[in-house]
Amino acid sequence: MTDPVYERVRANPKFKELTRKRGRLAIVLSLIVLVGYYALMMAVAFAPDTLRQPLAEGSMISIGFPIAAVVIVVSWLLTGVYSYFANGEFEDLNNQIVEESGQ
Amino acid sequence: MSAQAFAKAFGAFAVVSLTAGAAFAAGDMGAAAKQPINPTAIAMFVAFVGATLGITYWAAKRTKSASDFYTAGGGISGFQNGLAIAGDYMSAATLLGLSSLVYLTGFDGMAYTVSFFVGWPIILFLMAERLRNLGRFTFADIASYRLDQSKVRTFAALGSLTVVICYLIVQMVGAGQLIKLLFGLDYAVAVVLVGVLMVIYVTFGGMIATTWVQIIKACLMLGGGFLLLFLTLAHFGFSLESVFAKATEAHKNGVKILGPGALLADPVSTVSMSLGLVFGTAALPHIMMRFFTVPNAKEARKSVFVASGLIGAFFLVVCILGVAAISIVGSNPQYFEGGQVGGKLIGGNNMPIMHLAQAMGGDMLLGFMSAVAFATILAVVAGLALAGASSIAHDLYARVIRKGQATEAEEMRVSKLSSLFLGVVGVGLGILFEKQNVAFLVGLTFGIAASANFPVLILSMYWKGLTTKGALLGGLTGLLSAVGFVVLSKTVWVAVIGFDKPIFPYEHPALFSMTLAFLVTIVVSKLDASAQAKREIAAYDDQYVRSQTGIGAAAASAH
Repeated sequence: MTDPVYERVRANPKFKELTRKRGRLAIVLSLIVLVGYYALMMAVAFAPDTLRQPLAEGSMISIGFPIAAVVIVVSWLLTGVYSYFANGEFEDLNNQIVEESGQ
Repeated sequence: MSAQAFAKAFGAFAVVSLTAGAAFAAGDMGAAAKQPINPTAIAMFVAFVGATLGITYWAAKRTKSASDFYTAGGGISGFQNGLAIAGDYMSAATLLGLSSLVYLTGFDGMAYTVSFFVGWPIILFLMAERLRNLGRFTFADIASYRLDQSKVRTFAALGSLTVVICYLIVQMVGAGQLIKLLFGLDYAVAVVLVGVLMVIYVTFGGMIATTWVQIIKACLMLGGGFLLLFLTLAHFGFSLESVFAKATEAHKNGVKILGPGALLADPVSTVSMSLGLVFGTAALPHIMMRFFTVPNAKEARKSVFVASGLIGAFFLVVCILGVAAISIVGSNPQYFEGGQVGGKLIGGNNMPIMHLAQAMGGDMLLGFMSAVAFATILAVVAGLALAGASSIAHDLYARVIRKGQATEAEEMRVSKLSSLFLGVVGVGLGILFEKQNVAFLVGLTFGIAASANFPVLILSMYWKGLTTKGALLGGLTGLLSAVGFVVLSKTVWVAVIGFDKPIFPYEHPALFSMTLAFLVTIVVSKLDASAQAKREIAAYDDQYVRSQTGIGAAAASAH
């Protein structure tokens, strides 16, 4: 019952390459975001004093604020990293696969 | 109709109430005197409504097919869709709720804001391309790709409609109260006005109008936010150092606001809350719908990149404004009831950013921000109504009742009737819930989305072994347990029913109900040895190719 077009795609080594590479990138980036975020939340729960330290000698800004801001900014930059590869290199690979599928 | 009800209702509607163990019960959010009528606010608002009705007229002429109606024909660009997603996500709750949370708690509010953001990169990495490649009009399209159409669509529609209606009530109650306060209109009149505009946008303009309303609103909100940030920083000589120094001087907790406080101290609550926020966001029907409005996966990725950049920037702006409001608003008697600094804020605890706007830009800026807040509610309810209407018309009517035999014209007629029906239901319930504390509905919305919709959605995309039985039983387990836990938690058991102690000790069900849903789905699927289950598992291989490459998706959306 499987579609011959999909059958051909599955047999294409480029398809395996695409799913492997893009999947790995997605997992690695997700882990960076989640580990960073949950590290912050665990610091909030278990080590609140570390986040209260001043940013610099005599500063009224605690390091907690810039760290939280960094989690947001880095998470966003990583969406840029993913889009850069997924819409560039991987998209080209994807287009080749679609072409070769003879659809 | 007192300000107390306003405070309760609006407090509920704001994210503030989503927080675990929030220190501020809805009851003491402050009594409000009705604000004097602000001509700028009214002029701005009338201009917004006029412009959006114009767009609806323009969009109506371009809405010919079901695909135009549900997804703007897939013709929205990645950048436009990014703006629209940002608009969907930067609700009045974000603007008012997050800023007031920072104003009240300092760092805790900032940490909470991060939790509200971090779902976006995860949506991009794990879901965006598969959503786009597999879905057409609703998320049920994805779950029913290889599972039993009727059963899965019925379940998905049930999950979507529950989420949509809960969120609609919350928005309606918040809108009624906010408009009453800022524009001096009667509560019922305000709710009816919101309902009527919502039905007009959706029925005539469909997704094209809804998207452009959202884009305009997002631009206004970002513009207003950055203008306010500029004026505020100018006030402090562009020194963040001085913003913080003044804030610690003015806040009653002093330097304690610079670090974690009581809000997120319990790790179980915090994790449960963050799971609900992250995965609930990923499974909100009106957010998922946005992924079907772009032509392909490439544009879908671009739209999340744009959306998360705008949302992230806006959240950071909102946090800085919250800290700045501590000294500017928190030490000025003009913004407190009876001029008592440290007493009750005029308009309730969600108003710091509005007062800050007044302090920095006078009544002009206050009027502008008020109009933006109202525009925001209108845009969000329009998105909700459209998501609900597509569930009823596309999933229930066209696929389940008519088994795919309905003509496009019939389906569109039903979708328009559905949005009218949702408008009536929204207005009715909005009026009915006027004096209720609707805090539990916010928890319920995210809890159900994360526990009923999300497990079925993610497993249907990622797990070959999923079967119809597993999806149905697991999804229903998630739905019922999320509702059950919320009913047994403080927000309903104590605050609504009036018992002394909650049976379920946490306010957020997701950690438990979502885990339960996943477990039941997986176990039931594994035990399902029917011939149907074998076919469904075998069909995964083709689905996998389509989800990765988009082959077959283009044909589907051109249909």
